[in-house]
Amino acid sequence: MSNSIPEPEMLSGGEMLIRSLKEENVEYIYGYPGGAVLHIYDALHQQQHVKHILVRHEQAATHMADAYARASGKAGVVLLTSGPGATNGITGIATAYMDSIPMVVITGQVMSWLIGDDAFQETDMMGISRPVVKHSMTIRHQSQIAETIKKAFHIAQTGRPGPVLVDIPKDITAPNDKFPFEYPEKIKMRSYNPVQRGHSGQIKKAINELFKAKRPIIYAGGGVVLGRASEELTELSRMLNYPVTNTLMGLGAFPGSDSQFVGMLGMHGSYEANMAMHNADCILAIGARFDDRVTNAVSKFCPNAKIIQIDIDPSSISKNVSVDIPIVGPAKSVLKEMIEMARNAPQKNDTDALSDWWKQVENWRSRRAGIYRSDDSEMMKPQWVIEKMWEATHGDAFVCSDVGQHQMFAAQYYKFNKPNRWINSGGLGTMGFGLPAAMGVKLNYPDDDVVCVTGEGSIQMNIQELSTCSQYNLPVKVLTLNNGYLGMVKQWQDLNYESRYSNTYLDSLPDFVKLAEAYGHVGMRIEKPSDLEGALREAFAMKDRLVFMDILVDQKEHVYPMQVPNGAMCDMLLSKTERT
Amino acid sequence: MRRIISVLMENESGTLSRVVGLFSQRGYNIDSLTVAPTEDPSLSRMTLVTHGDERVIEQITKQLNKLIDVVKLVDLTEGTHIERELMLVKVRATGAQREELKRTSDIFRGQIVDVIANAYTIQLVGTSEKLDAFLSSIENATSILEVARSGVSGIARGEKVLSV
Repeated sequence: MSNSIPEPEMLSGGEMLIRSLKEENVEYIYGYPGGAVLHIYDALHQQQHVKHILVRHEQAATHMADAYARASGKAGVVLLTSGPGATNGITGIATAYMDSIPMVVITGQVMSWLIGDDAFQETDMMGISRPVVKHSMTIRHQSQIAETIKKAFHIAQTGRPGPVLVDIPKDITAPNDKFPFEYPEKIKMRSYNPVQRGHSGQIKKAINELFKAKRPIIYAGGGVVLGRASEELTELSRMLNYPVTNTLMGLGAFPGSDSQFVGMLGMHGSYEANMAMHNADCILAIGARFDDRVTNAVSKFCPNAKIIQIDIDPSSISKNVSVDIPIVGPAKSVLKEMIEMARNAPQKNDTDALSDWWKQVENWRSRRAGIYRSDDSEMMKPQWVIEKMWEATHGDAFVCSDVGQHQMFAAQYYKFNKPNRWINSGGLGTMGFGLPAAMGVKLNYPDDDVVCVTGEGSIQMNIQELSTCSQYNLPVKVLTLNNGYLGMVKQWQDLNYESRYSNTYLDSLPDFVKLAEAYGHVGMRIEKPSDLEGALREAFAMKDRLVFMDILVDQKEHVYPMQVPNGAMCDMLLSKTERT
Repeated sequence: MRRIISVLMENESGTLSRVVGLFSQRGYNIDSLTVAPTEDPSLSRMTLVTHGDERVIEQITKQLNKLIDVVKLVDLTEGTHIERELMLVKVRATGAQREELKRTSDIFRGQIVDVIANAYTIQLVGTSEKLDAFLSSIENATSILEVARSGVSGIARGEKVLSV
């Protein structure tokens, strides 16, 4: 009798869902209850392993989960009800999709027998989410729950990561219908087998090309961060001694204060990074997708460069720009193999050419082109605020940004030395991302400084979450660069529409100090440059309080450098009066 | 250039909408599309005809492969292959037209599958080009009342097979 196989546990669908999350070692999920998920919420209430964070708007739940994933590398989990609950999550799902962030979104659905009848709170979530998910699945019976959840995590976290949606009708989660539960240890899918390593022949070709190069540059993107390949990138870059530039999504993949780092590239990239790219004869692209915000006009992109591209997603290769040596594989294993091959290769760098190239790069760097200048006005420069925040946090904070000028200033002036610390919506450019993102990070990294860099426009898109911060004691620091305008749009209106500020002035702003206080937080208004450093010190010293800093900054400031539309990488505006 | 892509995919609800959605989302063309289960009921085979330059075709095959439900695919036009389309065409057939249409249909190896006093329904199988040729050869002789075409299905010649 002692050899008898133990009977599997009998659980309801709702219990199975929560148990499956526990099996995946999920600590927090983010969501909002409603009719279609009530059984699941009841199952959630009767256990302690999986904790739920109740947001004030479903979009925030998706951003919290997304930011947790960006910081930890593990999939964030969202639970939403059917209909409006689910559709409110769409912006967050699309945000994660555009930046390849692993996420599992569970949405309730109306009873199976009501599907298709336009029932109360019914929407075709599989259909609505289709263009913005890596995959989606509907559960039709309790017996499919464990395997579907296992698959969802597997698909979300492997290959090129992305959000996976699981839609589950209410009746499948009913408490009295119990079925055997067993969580699978492994999953095998005949239609999904992401590449594990790159092609050695291609890697060898790449090494040959890299050693032949006279003006090489390494262009590393978000794939290095997602692929946990920063160490390998740093090792290879140091070994080759080539200049390194990071994309907006790749910041921190290579240490930002390293002398080999030439800054971010692209539309608001550094002068030296864009010049070096344009003049390069060999570009090693790693986990970067030649986005239009990087390349400027594709027809004029880096005319003399041989391009080597490492990417885990074959469809990213040669999508926008033709590539000479494609390598399909995970950044980490490909870079490891490259390091090994480069170490044992008979040939070496062309040191003479390289020393000339570095002279040229340093020459560009020394021009300090496009860098902000302080003037005698009493107005604070937003860039300077970021620099001071960098000092106050010893360059070691998680910086969660919203979208606009402040995002670019943070990207340019906060030197990220570690990966996973720069959390921003790069691909979709979602205003309202910053605060919930900071909350998701702070919850999971309570001992670290977590800053939400935002503007008075973006912050108001999810400001209701200040309430969630009170409920769960999430002492993030909100750094609002307040210039009274939708700054980035205004900048475009200045440049392209003769300063006709159509709907970019935010009249009737609230008193943010009182607003923060109303939610039980600390509010500060900082108007004079001389008050900034003290205020920052004070704010970051309050470890257990959310501090909302409303910082009045120069309304006229633009983000520079800025690539000229339809130009090459090297065609840039450097200030309101200079261009390349 | 015109391409015929055959795709083996999981026979699950929503798979077809993923494929069709991919094409409209990314601005690719679908000239024709057929889909049905294979001998293994868990798999469907879809054949789609599209056109575009080399880069677009490369992206189409990569993007299709990226869909989780797609198990395998082949661009049939890369090798020698057989393609067939089925057409049912209802035409006016009275008086001398009846003999003429019967003759033309025989030349194209078509079959008249339904007959009424004043019309024929002709069934024709062949390449899309052949079906086009048939239609243009009868359009002066009669009036075409209705055309139903299946879209292209295809298979590689020789040993090559598309299977799991």
